[in-house]
Amino acid sequence: MSKRVGSEQRRTSANVAHMTLPLFPSGGDPGPSFLELLRRTRLAGAQLPVGANVETVSASGHQPRGFPAGLIPGVTHGTTVVALRYDNGVVVAGDRRATEGNVIAHRSIEKVFPADKHSAVAISGAAGSAIEMVRLFQTQLEHYEKVEGTCLSLEGKANQLGQMVSANLQMAMQGLVVIPLFAGYDLRLKKGRIFTYDVTGGRFEETDFHATGSGGRDAKNTVKLSYRERLGREEAVELAVAALYEAADEDTATGGPDAIRGIYPVVATVDADGYRRLDDAEVAEHFRSVLERRRERGQGGAS
Amino acid sequence: MTMPYYVAPEQVMKDRAEYAQKGIARGRALVGTTYGAGVLIVAENPSSTLHKISEIYDRVAFAGVGRYNEFDQLRVAGVRHADTKGYAYSREDVDARSLANVYAQYLGQVFTHEMKPLEVEILVAELDPVGTAHQLFHIAYDGTVADEQRFTVLGGEADAITRRMAERFRQGWTLGEAVLACVASLSGPTRTLKADDLEVAVLEHGPWRRTFRRVGDDELALLLAQVEAPGSPASAEGAGEPVSVDESGHDAGEPAGPA
Repeated sequence: MSKRVGSEQRRTSANVAHMTLPLFPSGGDPGPSFLELLRRTRLAGAQLPVGANVETVSASGHQPRGFPAGLIPGVTHGTTVVALRYDNGVVVAGDRRATEGNVIAHRSIEKVFPADKHSAVAISGAAGSAIEMVRLFQTQLEHYEKVEGTCLSLEGKANQLGQMVSANLQMAMQGLVVIPLFAGYDLRLKKGRIFTYDVTGGRFEETDFHATGSGGRDAKNTVKLSYRERLGREEAVELAVAALYEAADEDTATGGPDAIRGIYPVVATVDADGYRRLDDAEVAEHFRSVLERRRERGQGGAS
Repeated sequence: MTMPYYVAPEQVMKDRAEYAQKGIARGRALVGTTYGAGVLIVAENPSSTLHKISEIYDRVAFAGVGRYNEFDQLRVAGVRHADTKGYAYSREDVDARSLANVYAQYLGQVFTHEMKPLEVEILVAELDPVGTAHQLFHIAYDGTVADEQRFTVLGGEADAITRRMAERFRQGWTLGEAVLACVASLSGPTRTLKADDLEVAVLEHGPWRRTFRRVGDDELALLLAQVEAPGSPASAEGAGEPVSVDESGHDAGEPAGPA
C-alpha cells in the first residue's frame, strides 16, 4: 500500500462513544445515511469531516475563521486524473505526484480509489481533504448498502458525492478545492458512465471522457484526438496512459512514469464484473508501447 | 384503594425469562459453525427478502432469531456501531468481541429495566484475518454471552439441534460437509429442508475486502444434492419426502411476533 497524503490530518471528530449501541428514537433516526449518523452521534463541538458539514457559506457571505482565501500554506495538491468509456465499462487513471507549491511533496500518492464494487472515484485538488472525502464517500455507500440491503443506483451515488462536494464549499473558498471525478458501471443501463463536479457540487454527466486537475487539459485533448466509439478495454487503458504521459510532458505538477523507482500511474477499470486495478507491470507495458509509438514518429516534436 | 401486589424480584425475572424464551422457541432455528475456510451460518427461513443473516462489517456477520423487528433493529445498530468505529479509527479495529459486548449490555439493560424483554437471540461471527481462530458470539435475550469456536444453535428446538450438531461436527470440514450437517441438524429425522426453506451465508476470504457472501439458492441446491451421494453421512436421514415446515411464521416473515 502506498503512502497516503493527509492521513496524519485524519480527523478524530467521529470518535463517538463506542461503549453503547447507537439507537435512536423514532423520528430521530438517521436512516441509511452515514453522514446523517455522524451528525447525530458527534460529540458536542467536534468538527465534522470534509463533506459532512450541513451549513455551507453563511447567509451574510462573510469569510469563515482562519486564513483568507487561497492562502493556506503547505497544502498538498494532487494533480491529473482522467476517465474514459469503453465498449463495456470505464477506465479511470491518475498520476502519482502530489505537489506543495513548486515542490514535489510525494511521488507515489494514489488518486484513484474504488468507491464500491461498481464505481471508482478519482480526485484532484487539496489531497488531504480529497482523500478524507473519498473515505467518507466509501463508507457512505457501503453503509447504505448494508442498512438497506440494496446498493444505491449509480445516479444516486453520483448525487451523494455532489452533496459532499457542495458541503466542502466553505473550505474551497479558502483554497482547499476538491474536485472529484466519478465513474462507474451502471448495472441497470449496462454501460459505463462518467460524472464530473464543479466546486459548488454541481454534477455533470460526461458523454465519453473527461480529465481534471492541473494537467487535465492536456490529458483531455490527448483523449479527444484519439477517442472513438466502442473502444476495447485494452485500447482504452492505453489511451488513458497516453493521456497521462502527455499531461506529464506539459505540466510540471503531473508525474510521468518513473521506471527507476517503479512508480506508475494508478489505472483501474470498472465493468459488470466490478472494479479492477491493473498491476504495475501491466501499466508499465502500456507505457512501453506508448513510448514505442512516439519514437516511431520521431521525437514527437518540440515547441 | 387497591394495594399493589408485591412480586418477588426472582419471580419478575423468571417471568420475563419465560416470556422471552417462549417467543424465541416459537421461531425457526439457525446454526452458526466454523469450517475449513471460514464461518458458515445456516438459518431456516422461507423468506428470500427478510433476512436473518446479514453483513455487519468486513469480517463480521450478524444473525438473529425471534422477533424480526427487534433483531433487525439490533442489526442496523450494529452496522452503525461498526461503521462509525471503522471510520473513526481504522477498518481493522472493528471486531466482533466489542460489538458482542455492546449488544450484551443493551440486551441485559432491557431485560432488567424494561417491562418487556427483547424476544431475540443473536449471533455475532467473526472471520479470523489470518488463521482459523474464527469466533462465534452467541448473545441471549438477557445479555448472556457465550463464546463458541465450533458451532452454536439459536432459537427453535435449540437443545435437540445442538445434540444432532455435536454428533456431526468435525474440525476443519469443508463447506459442503458443514452445510449438509447444519441442514440435517436443523431438519431433524422427520423433515427435509429444501434450498427454498433456507438462508445460508458465509464469511470467507476472497479477492474482496468484504468477506460476507450469501450462498444463493442455486449454489445451495448443488451443495445439498450431495445428500444423494452414496456413503454421505447425511444420506440416511435426508431420504424422506419433503415435509412442509412449521408455518407459524413467527420470525420468518411477520414483524408482528407472538400474539
